[in-house]
Parts: sequence; structure tokens; C-alpha cells
Amino acid sequence: MAHTGWRDAPDLPDFSLLKRLARDQLIYLLEQLPGKKDLFIEADLMSPLDRIANVTTLKQHEVDKLYKVEHKPIVSTSDQLCFLIRPRVQTVKWVCDIVNADKAVGRFRRYKIIFTPQKFYVCETILEEQGVYGDVTTDEWAFYLLPLDDDIISMELPEFFRDNFLEGDQRWVTTAGSALHLLHTLYGPFNKVYGIGRCAKMAYESWRELLEEGEQKSQKPDIGNVFLIDRDVDFVTPLCSQVVYEGLVDDIFRIKCGSVEFGPDVTSSDKSIKVMLNSQDKVFNEIRNEHFSNVFGFLSQKARNLQTAYDKRRGMDIKEMKTFVSEELKGLKQEHRLLSLHIGASESMMKKKTKQDFQELLKTEHSLLEGFEVRECIAFIEEHINRQVSMIESLRLLCLLSITENGLLPKDYRSLKAQFLQSYGIEHLLTFANLRQLGILVEQQPGETLTVMESKVGKLVNDRTAGKLTETFSSLAKKSNFRALSKRLTLVPKSDEEYDLRVPKDMAYIFSGAYVPLSCKLIEQVLERDGWMGLEEVTRMINGHEFAVTAGSNGGEARVKTDAQRIILVMFLGGCTYSEIAALRFLGKEKGLKFIVVTTAITNSGRMLEALLDH
Amino acid sequence: MNRGKPDEDEYWNSSKFKAFTFDDEDDDFNKLKESKKAVNSIRGLVDEEDDDDDDVEKVSWSGEPIGSISWSVKETASSIRSTGEARDQGFPKIDTAPSLPKQGSSYSLSSLFKVKSRTGGFPSFSESISETSTRVYAPELRKPKAEYKDYVSDWNPEETVRRMQRGKVYSLERFRSLQDKMLLLDQAVSAHDGNVITAVLIYLKRSLSKEILFHELAEREVALRHYVHYLKEMGEQRLLVELLKSLGRTEDMALMQYKEHLNIKDENRRKDFLKNCLSLPFSPDDSTHVQDHYTLLERQIIIEANDKRADAEIFKKYPRKASILNMPIITTLYYSCFYHYGESDGTYSSPANIRKTFRISEKQYILTALGARAKLKLWFDVDSLFNSKNWLGYSKKRSPIGFHRVVDILHKNNAPVQVLQEYLCLVDDTELKIGLAQKYKCHGVIINTYKDLKDRQQLIAYRGKVERGSPEDRQIEELLNNLQIRWKN
Repeated sequence: MAHTGWRDAPDLPDFSLLKRLARDQLIYLLEQLPGKKDLFIEADLMSPLDRIANVTTLKQHEVDKLYKVEHKPIVSTSDQLCFLIRPRVQTVKWVCDIVNADKAVGRFRRYKIIFTPQKFYVCETILEEQGVYGDVTTDEWAFYLLPLDDDIISMELPEFFRDNFLEGDQRWVTTAGSALHLLHTLYGPFNKVYGIGRCAKMAYESWRELLEEGEQKSQKPDIGNVFLIDRDVDFVTPLCSQVVYEGLVDDIFRIKCGSVEFGPDVTSSDKSIKVMLNSQDKVFNEIRNEHFSNVFGFLSQKARNLQTAYDKRRGMDIKEMKTFVSEELKGLKQEHRLLSLHIGASESMMKKKTKQDFQELLKTEHSLLEGFEVRECIAFIEEHINRQVSMIESLRLLCLLSITENGLLPKDYRSLKAQFLQSYGIEHLLTFANLRQLGILVEQQPGETLTVMESKVGKLVNDRTAGKLTETFSSLAKKSNFRALSKRLTLVPKSDEEYDLRVPKDMAYIFSGAYVPLSCKLIEQVLERDGWMGLEEVTRMINGHEFAVTAGSNGGEARVKTDAQRIILVMFLGGCTYSEIAALRFLGKEKGLKFIVVTTAITNSGRMLEALLDH
Repeated sequence: MNRGKPDEDEYWNSSKFKAFTFDDEDDDFNKLKESKKAVNSIRGLVDEEDDDDDDVEKVSWSGEPIGSISWSVKETASSIRSTGEARDQGFPKIDTAPSLPKQGSSYSLSSLFKVKSRTGGFPSFSESISETSTRVYAPELRKPKAEYKDYVSDWNPEETVRRMQRGKVYSLERFRSLQDKMLLLDQAVSAHDGNVITAVLIYLKRSLSKEILFHELAEREVALRHYVHYLKEMGEQRLLVELLKSLGRTEDMALMQYKEHLNIKDENRRKDFLKNCLSLPFSPDDSTHVQDHYTLLERQIIIEANDKRADAEIFKKYPRKASILNMPIITTLYYSCFYHYGESDGTYSSPANIRKTFRISEKQYILTALGARAKLKLWFDVDSLFNSKNWLGYSKKRSPIGFHRVVDILHKNNAPVQVLQEYLCLVDDTELKIGLAQKYKCHGVIINTYKDLKDRQQLIAYRGKVERGSPEDRQIEELLNNLQIRWKN
């Protein structure tokens, strides 16, 4: 359904302002500690910092030497130490140790901790307990949002996922609220906010309270609508193998803060190269959202064009050659370089994937999504475990099996768990406990058959009674209900139809036409219906916490479809994948909308599962 | 807990006690710089002013040059907010009461509020709470009015939580009665601010006996989870175990204690620790696993001690790359199939013993032994893994794993074509067989299969793929000329 009229989707707001705000605030904070100082930076803050400032900026503000936080004793001769860290117990304890070590040898220095994006009470308690409160001054650097690309903003808080969903610690809820508030202040006012998930609801409330406290100027909004979604609403999508180019690159090479390091196997030299992957890379920009099977063809076409462009210089006279060199050659060279990189990356990915029987793996995933030949899938997973192939991959498949099947049969659970522990180590008992806690790898309980009954009863009895029944049932356990959801939302297209990946007809293309990501489908449906009307059964199965609110009084003026109304900010609480971003970009093109993705971190199956390990 | 990803190190110049700079120091730098330029992404860093100008206007920013000392972010931020008239954004409040499995115990006053505020039509939280607290804890009247006011605001849990949230001065000392403390905690929970919830819990931990605190937490799931996480982060293992025990969450408690073994580096101490874990109240299944863990480490210690100074031929030919300590069961089995194959089941290091002790399935055993023996290129051993004799003494090949998988593993271990062919022939599915044979270039298998299928056309087609004049080519020619074969096409 290509709407030619929709090609003129509105332009995205410019988010570089966020970088500048963060940089300026950091400078301000550094100036609070006048004089020369050494700066210690938390390891995982380095890439984000690199995106907004450089060493010259820091040097200009009397930062002498830079160190990485390594949780070891330090060697620094400076009289002033500044620590730029996340509010983590371990790091604060380390700082306390440094201060106390100095005290023990009678050394006097000034210490300052800059917590980002905020400090926690726990951190201050530790300073107090260790007797260094007062010796160390603290500050907060409200660096909430890092734009990774024109349409991606990351909070760079991967720990959000585990803290919130596994540990049940809501320490980052207000952070999300504040981030939303910042966006609202700069690019709002928002007109409509939709959301689903417990955390989404709390983040909304947290933001609303900030809104009530502060004043608002009236400005022309850049962003009209907001959609908040919890990661635990949809665990299936991030667990699937990614097959769009950007997602695949992330799965295989791990994109960090918008940059990837290609090793010698890609660069076909003995060196590794770090490359920024964003819309500025013209080659990448054209292939990032493509299904991998199209990428090769595209790249070779591109290479042929390039050859033609180079060939032009044959038969040129000197003057023409001069113009060619000064005007075109540089661009061509750049394109050449990017092209050869991405070709190298594609080759390397192809090689890796053939080695691990990617086809068979994908087939199993698709069968699980479809609920087809599940016994064969189990046999495949079992063999995967037996052969000690990648532990994370085995875990991923087990979780997919559990979620799509509403839990494993007790005998399967026991046997697969035992084999897993044999293959990868018995300490993974702890991993299984965590996955059960999160609800993504569980044993079917005897009562689970109720689900089937429930859906039958739901059809017979009128909605209200069914609602009541469901309430009783859903209190039993958090069930995924994937199969029923998939049916209701038609997430799995009929398999007998040919799916042309070159001309995708829906968001399923990001998974080879086998599955429409649940998260994105919900967004599509809610935007289409302007709310949750008609999706009652769906939200009930997801376990609710959905909401849709409109700004009161003045906010309602924007009934007409202004540009801002067509720009939707989607905030993923707990992380989102590049595949989901690709799906939203596709949806945007179809509907004449522009999506801006704000996420607590970019995630994928590997990162998500690794966050759930205990060692 | 340092959650920094190890890879992060590579991105930056890792340095032991040495300062690093943002610039890459080696000659990679030039390349990198070029690449960055190419993607145009560091423009903002190199040239700070140019592309940001639009934004400055957008937010009516005064826009002084970056880096000037006089410049203040906070002022700017406030100026953003104060320009223009105030206007009502008017977003409605939505109910965010956490869905607790258990609600409304007699211990918690606040649970009553929660239920009411959820149904709506009840005055907001703050009103009801402040009303209650003023009435119940009204301070003495002879205090001056100003001080009185101070007191009231300090007594009020909602105000206190709000002040905590905004980083203002507050005092928890006045929350002394249990009821007050719990009102405060519930208020913190209803503000969904994890940071404040933990702050209140830290205060409660200091000012309440643990029995009372545990009891109160038992019916406050959200607060409880914050408390558990706090104790985990602080490494207060003992208190955590006590807490879980008092809550009757014995399996969690057992796992929590078991987890400690990860911190013990010395293998003998680790073994002893695991032995002590055996009596913990695990679920029946986990109990077996932990028993296995102990047995495994016990054996690994014995094997390691022996093999470290072993001088058998195999150890010289294939020196051990790592210690076997703390490896998974299957790795241990592989190791044993590699170095201790053929030992009698009496020894701890023999494959048979390990297989029996850890109840390893036949399939798993064959897979592992196959891998190990193929790695050593001992095809005879491989052969005997699959040989089974029937009552007449004829040997027949049988496998609990598909023969296609066997071929795959053999191929990964660089088995010669003859060996591959032998197992390829045992693949049942003809299509799969031909596919694999083509993949591994086992011409003989393909030719014979087509012959057996009496598929003359395929055979002719395949002739194009083999080298002219090669033995395969001659074999095909012979077959095609063989008049006794009754081709189906």
C-alpha cells in the first residue's frame, strides 16, 4: 500500500542540540573544580563522551590527564582528582578506597565525583559510611540523551533492563521521566502520549509530575506524539536472529554507541578499523534497513556504478581531468572505501553464518514462531546444546521456545535444563533461576491449561464476565500468550504465500517475512486507532498497563494533522533492537510518519541474555 | 558490580596506570580519522559552531562561545523554561499503583489508601495522608507557629518523599513509630522512585530490628525487591540469606548461598564450599545438579593433579592447553575421551566412569567421543563407536545421532574422503546424502547413489562436474556403458 502522497513526511527535529547541552553542562561542572585536575572516566562512559566532546575540550578546562576507571589503585600526581562515573556501588567504593589510602599516607587532595546521569542515595551513604563524606564533593551531570543518529537517541543505560525487569529496582524510572521531560521542553509540547507496560506508566507519571512543577512556554512543537513501551511487553522480537543489515552487523560485530570495529577479516588487511554507522555513511544508509539477501546485489550494482564513474576519466583532456580530480574524485574515493568495507563486512558475515548452519537455525526460529513442528525444534535445540555450540544461542532458542509455547512441558524443561548444565556449566543454575524470575524460560504449571479454556470462555461469555475471569487467571502467573496474541494481531503471515523481500509489503520483512514484531505492531495499531479501543483482549493478554492520554485544555488545539502530529517519539524502556528501528522506519514510510526512537540502550538477543547471567 | 563491558577497553587506549588521550596513538589514527571524516560524524567535535546554529535560535539561546568560563548551563536551562508565557500542558494523572499480588494486610494502613485511590473518587493520596498524620501526631501547641509549620511539613510523608525526590534537605529522624515509618515507605513506593524507596529502606534498616523490618517487607513486594537488590549490591550476603529465610523463600536462599562459590578461586576451598551447599534446601532437581557440581570438581581436582605431571605419550604429542578445573561436564568428558580413552571404568578419569557418574545420554556420549577421537584422527576408534554386532556376529553400523551429523563432525575434523564416504553411505535420506556428498566432494557416493537409483540422466549430468579422465570420470563411463543396468530413464 504505497501512498505516493505520503512521500513528503516531515523533517526530523535536529537533536544535535542535546549533545551541545550535555557538553556545555559538563564544561560547567569541570569549571566548578578550578585548576589542573586528573579525570577518571567510567569505562562505559567513554564512547558516549567521545560523541559529544573531545580531548581538546577537556584540556581547555584544565583536565590534565585522563584515566579509565579500572577499580585498581591509582597512580596520579595531581592535587585534584575528578571522577566521572555512573552511580554504581562498586565504583563509589573504589573512590572511597583512593581517598582513604591518601589519608593513610597523609596526602591531601581535592576530590570530586560527577555522577551521570544522576546520583543515588546509596552512593552518598557509602561515602558517609567510609568516612569520606565531605572530603569528596559530588555533582550530577544530567547527560540523559545521546543522539546516535537522526532518528535514534540512546540513554546508554544498558543496566536499566536488568535493574528494572529482573531485580525489580525502579531506580531508573525517574531518569526516564526526566529524559522525557527534557525532550518535551526542547521539542514539545507533546499532544498525545500512549503507552503500555508498568514501567512506561510510572515513567509517564514521573514526567507529568515534573511538568506540573515547572512552567511551560508555548512553542511550536516538533514532536506531537509519544509512545512508551516496556521491553517486557515483547520479549520475542529481541530474541529473534536479526536479518536486516544493521541488525545483523550488530548481532555479529556489536555496534557500540553507533560505531563498529571491523576486524582484519573485514578490512582484508592486518588492521582493524572503527567506523561510524549512521545516515552520514551514504552506502550504509542505503542498506541498513534492507534484508540481508538484498544487500549483496545492491553492493555489486553500486560497485559497477563506481567503476563506470572512475572509467569516465579515460579520454579526458587535462582540463577535464582537473575538474574530475577536484570535484568528483574525493567523493568517489570515499564511496569506494565505504563500499569495500561493507562488502568485506557482508562477506565476513556470510562466512560466519554458513559455518553455524544459519539456515537451519532460522528454520527452527520460524517454526517456533509459527508453532509448527515443535518437537523437531526441541530436537534441534537439544542437539545445539549437546554440541556445545554457543551458550547464548542455546539460551536464546530455549527462551523463544518457552515464550512461544507458554512454557515448556515439565519433562522437557527438566531434560533440557540438565543437558544445558552439562554442556555449559552447572553454575548456570543461577541463569535458569533468573530466566524463570523474568518469566522467559519457565515450566508449564498444571494450571496453565486454563489459557486455552480462557480463550474459549472469552468467546462464549460476554466481555465483562470474560474480563473478570481473566483477572483471576492472570494472577496465577505471568503468561506470554504469544500464540493467541500472534493470531489476534496476525503477527505470523500465512506461510503459503511467497514473500518478496525486495518489495516488502509489511514489517514482517525484517524477519524474512516470517513474523511482524509485536512491539511495532502494537505501535501501528494504537496509532491507527488513536488509542487502545478494540485492543482490549490484546492488552489483557499482554498483562495491560496500557494508557492513552491527551494534553488538556490548550493541548487539544492540534486536532489538525500538523507536521508535529506526524512525528512520533517511541521510547523503549529496557532497550530496542535495530530490527525494530528498521520496522518503524518502514512503517513511517508507509504511513507518512516519522519515528524517533528513544531507548534506554540498543539491545539484541546477546546483550539481553548476557545481562541476565550472574557471573 | 562493574557493568562495564570488557570490549569497551579495546575501544579506548587501555592503560595500566598510564594516562591515555582521546586520540588514537598509533598510525591507525590517520586511517581512523579519515574514516571518521568520511562519515562526517565528528564534524560536531572538530568544528563546534557551524551546524548547531539553528538550534540556538530555536530555543532562543544566548549562544555565547562554548568554553567561556562565564557561561552557565543552568542559567541557560532556566531561560529556556522561563521564556514565553506559562501554559497549561494539562496531562492527566494515570493510576500507577503497582499491582501487588497480595494487598491490604492489617499491618499496612497505606494498603487501604491504595485500594481506595485505585477505585477513584477518593481524595488524592496526599490529602488523606497529611490529614491523618496531622490529626494523629499533632505536635504540642505551645511551639511557636513558625516552628509548628516546619514540623508539620517535616512530619508529612508525602512532602518528605517529594523533597527527597527533588534533592532538597529533609529529615527522616522524625519517623519513629512503626506506623510512621511504614507510611513513609508506602509513600515512597507510590512515588515509584526507586532511589527514594532505597533511601527510606536504608533508614529503616538502621532504625528497625531486622525481624520487624522483614515482617513488614513480606507484604510489600516492591519495597522488598528494592531491599533485596540493595543488599545484593552492598554484598550483605548474610543478611540477605536471613531475609529470604524469614520469608520462607528457601529455594532462593539456597541459590543465593550457592552463588557464593563463584567468588572462591582456590579449587579445594571451592570444593569444600560446594560440599557444604549439599545440605541447602534446593528444589529436588537443583539438588541433584549441585551434587553433580561437587562430584565433578572433586574429580577434576584428582585428574588435574595426575595429569599435570603425566608423561604419557599422548600428553607429549598433544600438550594440554588449559587446566580441566571448573570446566563443564561435557568438556570434562571430551577431555577424558581425548587423554584417557580406553582406561578401565574403575578410574575417575575414564570416559566410562564419567559417563555413568553424570548420567550422560548415549547420544551425548557418542557425540563427544566422536569429536575427541576424530580430532586425534583415530578412525578405528571412530569406527568402533558405531559398530554393533548382531547375534550372528555380523557387524552393522548404528548411531543415536543422524549419520549426516556424524559426517559433519568428521568433516570438521578433516577426515579423509574414504572415511567420509563410509559414513555418507549410511545417511538414509537420499537427497540429504547427495547434498552432503556434493558439499564434501565425495564423487563415489554420488555416482553410486545415482546408479542405485538407476538415474541415467543425473549420472550423465554429473559427469560434467568431474574432471575428464579422472577415476570418477572412468567409473561413470563404465556404468553408462554397462548394459546390465536397467536405467529408469
